[in-house]
Amino acid sequence: MLVYLDNQSNTKLDDRVFQVMIPFFKENYGNAQTIYSLGTISKDAIDKARNQVAKLINAKDEEIYFTSCGSESNNLAIKGIAEANKQKGKHIVVSAVEHFSVLNAAKRLSQNGYEISYIPVDKYGSISLEDVKKSLREDTILVSIQHANTEIGTIQNIEEISKVVKEKNIIFHTDAVQTAGTIAVDVQKLNVDLLTLSGSQFYGPKGAAALFIKKGVRIVPQIDGGVQEGGRRAGTENVPAIVGLGKAAEIAMSEMSINSDKIIKLRDRILNELPEKIEHVYLNGHLYQRLPGNVNFSIEFIEGEGMFLFLDQKGICVSSGSACASKALKMSHVLTAINCDPAIGQGSILMTLSKYNSDSEIDYLLKEFPPIVKKLRDMSPLYDYFIKTGKRQEAGPGTDYEHEHEHEE
Amino acid sequence: MAFYSEKVMEHFQNPRNVGEIKDADGIGTVGNPVCGDLMTFYIKVKDNKLEDVKFKTFGCGAAIAVSSMVSEMAKGKTIEEALKITNASVAQELGGLPPNKMHCSNLGADALHKAIEDYLNKKK
Repeated sequence: MLVYLDNQSNTKLDDRVFQVMIPFFKENYGNAQTIYSLGTISKDAIDKARNQVAKLINAKDEEIYFTSCGSESNNLAIKGIAEANKQKGKHIVVSAVEHFSVLNAAKRLSQNGYEISYIPVDKYGSISLEDVKKSLREDTILVSIQHANTEIGTIQNIEEISKVVKEKNIIFHTDAVQTAGTIAVDVQKLNVDLLTLSGSQFYGPKGAAALFIKKGVRIVPQIDGGVQEGGRRAGTENVPAIVGLGKAAEIAMSEMSINSDKIIKLRDRILNELPEKIEHVYLNGHLYQRLPGNVNFSIEFIEGEGMFLFLDQKGICVSSGSACASKALKMSHVLTAINCDPAIGQGSILMTLSKYNSDSEIDYLLKEFPPIVKKLRDMSPLYDYFIKTGKRQEAGPGTDYEHEHEHEE
Repeated sequence: MAFYSEKVMEHFQNPRNVGEIKDADGIGTVGNPVCGDLMTFYIKVKDNKLEDVKFKTFGCGAAIAVSSMVSEMAKGKTIEEALKITNASVAQELGGLPPNKMHCSNLGADALHKAIEDYLNKKK
């Protein structure tokens, strides 16, 4: 049995999406920039997809710019706005829990004379309006705060945050990769200038994403070349993927509430039933202000990678924010930002659900998971110490390998 | 290609010599402050040989596989032979480790050597 619970990283392609893509791989292969008939078929298909995506977020068609992925959209937003507004100021505000495509784009700008402020989050991963207000300065040109967190699923109150930002006439971007197509996203209501979305998060293909740029917002392209995407993103259009993104947006819009209800029921089964079967389990993120399909637990006394490898052997795909599961050998920046105890954060396990999951899959997970935790705890010196003394031992005394790690990173 | 070799996965899934020796002659614990792994090795020595070796490990798949492999390599060896088990020889026996997991092999050999050190100190 394959149980795919890693939907924050990529969702399964909807077959209806795949079907509309096929002709654009095969017979409709014309370049959309040409004016002969075969090319105009591609152009019309892109226009249709633009309209479908615009409708999903209540934007105008001409405000949608197709890109290759969420990371590209975020880079275009952060670097493009920074470059277009450098005469006004060089101060940018982001949250501490942004996706690396925002954080590292900002870091790159900081090497070129920009100053970056990082807004902290509380233990649930929420941002306070006061902290946003405090971060804004005369020379602030851009604020970028994600709609929902990739890892712990906390949804930010973008509507309220944008009020504070827009009062100061500062450009506001939100990374809505985890929310667009999953929960209601309305750029008018949210009052944002730029918004990132990605089709691979709502049953569309990989390789197709979009950046909403409000009409009138100046931005400097990051890929120079031809006139595609209104000159703001050059390069031959990936027509099959764009067509797929459009169809995925249309389906997401019409089925959002049915999918959401189903996913929340499945998620709540894990949230409620797993702690009944496994002791010393802690929820990461907000209990209510969280994405419908997100479950993130820290399971004490064991380590995340060990858990997901054993789950993988059972056909269950999950993710982890533990240090060992990351190539940097550090606990994830999100768990660090919510001040998660490193000894507990090591055992983090992230499960994200989709419309394709079922009750029988959750039954299977709930049956297979507890013995895995038991097996790992049986060989854990931390659990052994806790059982014998009733106290918690900190992981990591003894050898210092910091220099090796620095070298490896 | 899989992230871990078949041998690493085999030892991870079926680790040998997991547990604790109640009346151990030597105990060695090492931890990694960066990734948080923790290993404890227990040894029982008879006639200068490691009659029994057991371990408990908090860590990733590589850390568990390394512990298992070190325990197998050390069991039955003389103290001198066991002290010759190196980080490189453990990794080699496992069919290699991904570059960012090589530190796990250090932990395993170090924990064993610490247990031997503990035994030798007690004997003095």
